[in-house]
Amino acid sequence: MDHDPLTTWFWQGAAEGVLLVQRCEECGHHQFYPRPFCLRCESDRVVPIEASGAGTLYSFTVVHVSTGLDVPPPYAVGLVTLDEGPRLLARLVGLDHTIGDRVTVRWRDGNPHPVFGPAARPASR
Amino acid sequence: MRSRPWDVYVTGVAETPLGEVTGQTELSMVALAAREALAEAGLGLKDVDGLFVNYLGEQGSVQVGEYLGIQPRYADSTDLGGAAFAAFVHHAMLAVAAGRCEVALVAYASRQRSRRVRRLGETPDPYTLIGQFQAPHGLPRPIGHYALIAARHMHVYGTRPEHLAEVAVAARRWARLNPKAWVRTPLSVDDVLTSRMISTPLHRLDCCLVTDGGGALVITGRAVASGAAKRPVRVLGAGESHTHWQISQMPDLTVSAGAVSGREAFAMAGIGPDDVDFTEPYDSFTITPLLAFEDLGFCGRGEGGEFVSGGRLGPGGELPSMTSGGGLSYNHPGALGVQLLVEAVRQIRGEAGERQVPRHRVGLVHAVGGCYSAASTVILAQD
Repeated sequence: MDHDPLTTWFWQGAAEGVLLVQRCEECGHHQFYPRPFCLRCESDRVVPIEASGAGTLYSFTVVHVSTGLDVPPPYAVGLVTLDEGPRLLARLVGLDHTIGDRVTVRWRDGNPHPVFGPAARPASR
Repeated sequence: MRSRPWDVYVTGVAETPLGEVTGQTELSMVALAAREALAEAGLGLKDVDGLFVNYLGEQGSVQVGEYLGIQPRYADSTDLGGAAFAAFVHHAMLAVAAGRCEVALVAYASRQRSRRVRRLGETPDPYTLIGQFQAPHGLPRPIGHYALIAARHMHVYGTRPEHLAEVAVAARRWARLNPKAWVRTPLSVDDVLTSRMISTPLHRLDCCLVTDGGGALVITGRAVASGAAKRPVRVLGAGESHTHWQISQMPDLTVSAGAVSGREAFAMAGIGPDDVDFTEPYDSFTITPLLAFEDLGFCGRGEGGEFVSGGRLGPGGELPSMTSGGGLSYNHPGALGVQLLVEAVRQIRGEAGERQVPRHRVGLVHAVGGCYSAASTVILAQD
C-alpha cells in the first residue's frame, strides 16, 4: 500500500508519543495536515515542531452506532483546536465532555493515532 | 421582467420512479425522467446538446450520453455531492447564455435503498488525507460530521434539540400532503427527541431517509422555452462554493459554503431573502436547513433555531420550506438536488396540488453536498 511521503515525520513522531505540526519559519504560521509550503505566506521554510499537546475542545459527538472500527459504541469523537492554531479530529477519552474544555493529547500503546482527554488541572478561563 | 444576458429557463421537470424501485437500473430511471422532462419542454432526446450529470458510472456524463444516444457539445460532471445539481443549473445557465448549448439536460437517479450501498464508516488508508486523519477516528459519515456542526451551533448559540426537531416536524407536515412521500404518518417534536440517538445531538429522526429516486430537468434559453408545453420558470440567479473535505478543515462549523453560494445567487438575481416566497433547502439532517437559513440571510447568525420554530416552515407558515416533505420525509436517493429543483418548479407553476404554497412567485433552492462541504443556491421565478 502506498504511503503519503509528506506525513512520514508525523507518524514517526506519533510512534514515539510526540505530536508534531508544521511551523513556518518565515511567518510563524502553524499548519496541519502538512503541505509542501506555508499556506499563509507560501514560503518553503516549513518545519515539523513539537506541539504543546494542549488545546480546546471545539466540538464533539458521542457516537452510538457502529462504524466497523476497533471500539464498540458509544465513544466520543471531537475536534480539538491546538494552542498553536491547527484543528484536529480525534477520539476523546471518556464520554463526558463540554465544548470549550481544555484537553491534552494522550497516546495509546500500539496505536499511532493521538487521542485527547481532560487537561490535568481545570483551566482558568 | 427585463431581459438579461442570462435569460434562461427551466422548461421541463420530472421525477424518476421513487421509493423502492425494482425492475429498473439507475440509467433506465434517468432515461424515463429525461423523456418526461423533455416532453414538458416540448423537446426530445435528439434536441439535447448539453449534458449535466454525475454519479451514474465512471466518467461522469459519458455513460449517460451513450445510454440516451446523446452526443453533447457541452458536458459537465462537476462533483459537489448533493450540491452538484443546483451547481449544474448554475453552469447550464451560463453555457446556454453563452450559446455553448441550447438544450441542457440535468439528471440523476439512485437505487441506494434497494441496493443497500450506504455505509457509515470510512476506510483508513496511509496515502490519503481522509484515510490518515479522519477515517481512523470512527466518525460516522456523513451523520457524525453534521452532529459536530449541530453540537457547535448549540454551544455557541444555545440552539436546542427541540429546534432541530421542528425541522423534521415541518418536513413531515408537508409530506402528509404529498402522495409520493415515503413517510406520511404524523410526527411530533417528542417523537423526534425520543427516537434512537445516533450521534449526539442527532437522533434517528433528525436524519434523512434512504430511498431510491431521482429526477431530470431541462434548461433552455427564451426562444426554445417558448415551445414548452408547460409554463417555463425563469432562473434568476445561482451560486456555488465549497469549504472543506475533512471536517477538521471547515473554518467555522457554524458558517457553511452557503454563505457564499447564497450571496452570489442573490446578487445575480438582484433580490434579497425578503423577496423569496418559499424555499427548498436540502434537509439531509435537521441541522442542515437551520444553518442554511442563517447562511442565506433569512435570519441572523444564531437565530436559526427560533427561525425554524413556531410552524414558520410548515403548511400555512410564513416561509413554506421543504414542501415535498424533503429528504427527511419525501425521498432521499443519496443526492436530493434534482428533486429540490423539480419541487420548486412545480410550486412556481402552481401545480403542487394539496401542498401548493399560496405565494409562489419566487422560490429558492439550496443544496448541500458532502459533509456540509459544498453548497449551491438557485433562485427561480415566474416569468
